[in-house]
Parts: sequence; structure tokens; C-alpha cells
Amino acid sequence: MTSAAATPPAGPTRRPTDWASAEMRARIRRRYRSERLFRLVGLAALVLAASFLAFLLFTIGRNGLTGFERTEVKVTVAFDPAVLNLRPEQLTGPGAEAALGAADFQTVLANGVTNSLGPDGEGMISEGAWLTLRDMLAKRPDLLGMQADVWVPATSVVDQLAKGRLDRAGRTVSADLLLRYDSLERRKLLRTGWNTAFLSVADSTDPELAGVWGALKGSLLTLAVTLSICFPVGVLAAIYLEEYAPRNRWTDIIEVSINNLAAVPSIIFGLLGLAVFLNFMNLPRSAPIVGGLTLALMTMPVIVIAGRVAIKAVPPSIRDGALAVGASPVQVVFHHVLPLALPGILTGTIIGMSRALGETAPLLLIGMRAFVADVPAGVTQPATVLPVQIYLWSDEVARGFVEKTSAAIIVLLMVLLLMNGLAIYLRNKFERRW
Amino acid sequence: MNDMTNPATTAAAAPYKMRAGEVSVFYGPKQALNAVSIDIGREDVTAFIGPSGCGKSTFLRCLNRMNDTIPGARVEGRIELDGEDIYASGMDVVQLRARVGMVFQKPNPFPKSIYENIAYGPRIHGLARTKAEMDVIVERSLRRAGLWDEVKDRLADSGTALSGGQQQRLCIARAIAVDPEVILMDEPCSALDPIATAKIEELIDELRGRYAIVIVTHNMQQAARVSQKTAFFHLGTLVEYGDTSDIFTNPRETRTKDYITGRYG
Repeated sequence: MTSAAATPPAGPTRRPTDWASAEMRARIRRRYRSERLFRLVGLAALVLAASFLAFLLFTIGRNGLTGFERTEVKVTVAFDPAVLNLRPEQLTGPGAEAALGAADFQTVLANGVTNSLGPDGEGMISEGAWLTLRDMLAKRPDLLGMQADVWVPATSVVDQLAKGRLDRAGRTVSADLLLRYDSLERRKLLRTGWNTAFLSVADSTDPELAGVWGALKGSLLTLAVTLSICFPVGVLAAIYLEEYAPRNRWTDIIEVSINNLAAVPSIIFGLLGLAVFLNFMNLPRSAPIVGGLTLALMTMPVIVIAGRVAIKAVPPSIRDGALAVGASPVQVVFHHVLPLALPGILTGTIIGMSRALGETAPLLLIGMRAFVADVPAGVTQPATVLPVQIYLWSDEVARGFVEKTSAAIIVLLMVLLLMNGLAIYLRNKFERRW
Repeated sequence: MNDMTNPATTAAAAPYKMRAGEVSVFYGPKQALNAVSIDIGREDVTAFIGPSGCGKSTFLRCLNRMNDTIPGARVEGRIELDGEDIYASGMDVVQLRARVGMVFQKPNPFPKSIYENIAYGPRIHGLARTKAEMDVIVERSLRRAGLWDEVKDRLADSGTALSGGQQQRLCIARAIAVDPEVILMDEPCSALDPIATAKIEELIDELRGRYAIVIVTHNMQQAARVSQKTAFFHLGTLVEYGDTSDIFTNPRETRTKDYITGRYG
């Protein structure tokens, strides 16, 4: 050491730096300029991204908010037992539903429309409006034999006219219909209000009767299946790979495979689900259980990767500390490593679940794109999911489906927002410093 | 196995708590420790000194088999705790680590409350049946670690909120809580200021006799102050081992003399 320090390094003698020279000042100016430029470019990128987002949200909001409303027509209906072919005692007891199903509400409604609206009523009432009468009588059997004012859904054209979404001078609306519409409007027989049906029924061929609840519940059931499979399996795989698996060629291969799986296009998983769950295991077609299993296959690698990163980030000193007081490896994992890794695991899981919620392609292949008019009761019943519903509605010809599509997008965004909010909440709740 | 004397009868009488014979450690192909033999006294503080990378920490981690957690580490030779081979196949590592506790270089309290930090060990070993028993263990451990008066009013606060010196004493209290027979300390003061260091040294002095203590240190004054026996390691070998007073005043080996007089290291 001492011998090396004795001989100074050879070379030209160094002159003192002139920090005030013109060259130095120019260098400083250049540095400040590039600093400013970078800040401006960054700000511009942020503004551009924000304006895209604002444009998207504005368009969806403008198109979709009216989708949560519908127009109704006031009709005075006589629940005539003779026309309905119903006796009062049939409305109570176990056979009530069947009796109501067989009753002729269409005629009752048609009579009501003719009597209370007159010629104005033609083409104003939705084809499915009689369902409102049926539900009403089911709730209040005492109405049988009485007269009542009922607000029934109007046709999609009337609905769109009331919301100002149709060009009155355009060719889609006939002059006759406009006259009848204005007459009803003057008679105060029209109202536009909150559409409770939209959030409580499933798909329909008529836009004024279509609801998003079937798809929303399908999505929730599918995600429940996905989560209950891929979270435990993914987390356990991550723990095993990080804490127990030996480092050798096999674990390397597994690691590469998992990383590759996370990048496989989702439609491939759809084909896999079709081959394995439908053709080989013969699970029910179009059902949330199959969709959930398929999405679980797709989400699992994401959770494994996020879990491994989170587990790796737990400082080794915590493991050492626990081992040194005599904790077994399993106790170290479940008492110390997992609680500390949980925020990261949960964040990864929710990102994976958000991706699963928005996934369409694999579900098309396993038959979840079918027209399903019933709200699914369980994971084995035919169902569709929100993104597929959006896709189906965006393909519809009827004008009324435009606002339904955007309204469904709003519902999807709300669910996504809730899930991400939950992720942030859970992360903050479990986050601990060490 | 048969040539071993019965540990139960020799445990109380033997002056040595742990005996290491010809211990070599390999990390993969690299040999980190070469045939080290040391007997650790029952009531002594034993200090390991030596330059960085000399193998003293490696040897310390052999004594409670913490090297098991390092992939590729291999230990040869024989280490006995009360005459029992701790590398024998029947040895339960978890129980061994409860009997041979460890304090690390950097304070590493669990990110839990002070109370939970102490209670964790006794709880997983089932040492307390009731909350009252646990309270007693926590208070006794903190008192022995000289931390009770400073934290008794905030046992529910996070252990990581304490100062560095307090955290290290919390870690010592955590090790004491499971009632070990040996406490291994791996440079326990290297991350602490002189005042906190003085407190830890005082504490080591108080704990002497109750536990066999082995301490790795870079600080030769510390070794001279707290220990009765000192071992000097260099390049993976044990150069000299003897009474601390002899090592520091009258070393047999020139390498030891050069190191403690600051010639290298």
C-alpha cells in the first residue's frame, strides 16, 4: 500500500478548471435548456394522455347517461277477470306464477290503450309492456277486477324522441308518429325517468326492455370462480417457488414458462378452455364456471409473478429473525413473509382480476356470447359478461342500443373503479414499514 | 454415536457448553472455513475477532445452523451442544434455534408491536399458557435487556419505531424470551452509536453467567472489554484461541499480534 502511494501517476500536469469561462457558461446554459425542454415534453405527454381520457369519458357519458333512463306511457287498464281468464283464488298459493303466466295480459293492455289513449296509442307501447302489468298484479292481487293507471314502457322510437336523440325532420320517424307523439306529450301521458329495469333485468331484443344486470351478475359470478381458483393456487405457487423450491434447471424452466404464459394472447386460453372444459370435461356451455376457469388459467401467471416479486421484496433479515427464535419454515412464511408480501400480492391480484373483468376473446370461444334473456342464478347457468354484452349491443341495428352500449360501458367502468379502489384500500391497510 | 458420553450426565459438570471439532464450511466450491476447533465455555463471553471475510460470522452461523438457509452451503466436522451433535440427522433445527438464540448485525425487529416482538417466540413454542404468563415473560425479557423502563408505557407501538440501539436491545430481549442456553451475537453494535454500544456492552456483561454468549466483533476494544475468551480468525482458519487477557497482552502468534496492534485488517 505505502509503496503505491509514493509514486504519483504519470501524465501532463493538470491545470485548474476555469468555471467562469465562456465554454463553461455555454455548457450550463445547454444544461438548463435541456432540463426545461424535458419538463415541457413530459408535461405535454401528460396533458395529451389526460385529454384522451377526458374525451373518452365525455363521449361515453354523453351517449350513455340517458341509457339509465326510459320513457313511459300512462295507460288506464282494467284488470278484467274474464279477459284475463283468471279467478282471484288462483293468484295466491303455489300455482300463482303459472296462472299469471297463462293469463292474457296482452289483450287487457290493448283494450286499455284503445280506451285511454285512443288513436294516439298506436305504435307507442313497447311489445313487452304487458310484463309490467303481470308484475304489478303479482305484487298486488287485489287489483284483479279493478281499474288502475299504469306507466308502461314506450317503444324505443318514442323513448329516443323524448330524449331528443332522434332528428324530427329525418326519415326514421314518420309524420304520423310525430303527430301522435306530440299529442300524448300535450296530454301529459309521457314521462322519462330513472330506468330501474336496466339494473335489474337481463338482455332483450328490444332496447327499451334490455337490462345489464344479467351481464353484470354473469361477470361477478365468473370473477368469483376465477378468484377462488387463481388466488390460492397462484399465491401457493409463488410461495413454493420463492421459499421452498431448489434452484435448478427445472425451476428455471418453470419460471420461464410462467413468464411466457403471462404473455400468451387470451384467445389461446379460450381455445384451451374450449378443448379442456367443454369438449373433454363436458362442463355446461356458456356458463360462468367455464368462463371463470378459463380466466383463472389466464390470470394465474400474473398472480404468481406479482406474488414472487412481493415475496422477494420482504427483507431477508425478517426471515433470519424469525428463524433465529425457532420458527419453522412454514411459520416464517405464514407469520412473517406472507403478511408483509400481502399488499403486493393483492395489488397484483386485483390487476389480474381487472384484466379478467375486461376480457372478451376467450369467453367468445366458450359460448358466453349467446343471447341470454334470463339473469343467471348460479355458476352453471347460461350467462354472458359485461364486455361481451357491450360487444353484442354495439353490433345491434336498433338505435336505442347505442345509449345502452354506452350505459353498459359506464357500469363496467364503475365496477373497475370499485375494484381498483378496493386494491388501493387493501394495500394501504396492510402496508407496513420495516 | 456409541462412543459419545451420555449428554444428560455430563451436561451440568462439563465446563463447555458447545464444542466444535474440525469444522469446515463450503459455499459451493469455495471453502470459507478450514478445520476450526473451538470449545465454548458455559459461563463465558467468547469473542470472535478477525478481519472482514475471515470466516468468523460463518462459524457463528454454524452454531445454530443458520447456514442451512444459504443455498449451496455445506458444513463438515462436528459441533456439539451439551455433547449432542447438532448436525446429526435426528436433530430438530427448530428446537436447536430455540436453545441457541441469535442477534444480528442490523437490528431486525418484526414490523409488529413491541409486545408481539417478544411474545412471538414463546408463543410458537407454547411457553406461556395464559395472557398473564405471557405478560410475565415479556416483562422479564425486556427487563433483562434493559429496555423495560423505556418502553413499558408503549408496548403496543411498533418495534420498528424505536431507535437503533433500542431496536437492538429489543432483538436481544426477543432472543432471551425463548429462554435459550446460548446467545450468538453477530456484530451486534456495528450499526449503533457509541452510547448505544456502551449500553449493549453493559447488557452483555449482565447476561454473562446466565447464558453462554458468543459475540463476533470488529471492535477489538469491545472484545477486550466484554469477553473472557477470544478467538482470532484469519483467512478461514482459527489462528489463536485463548483467554482474552492473554490474546491481547501476550499473543503467541505474530499474525494475532499484528492484527490487534492495527498492522493490518
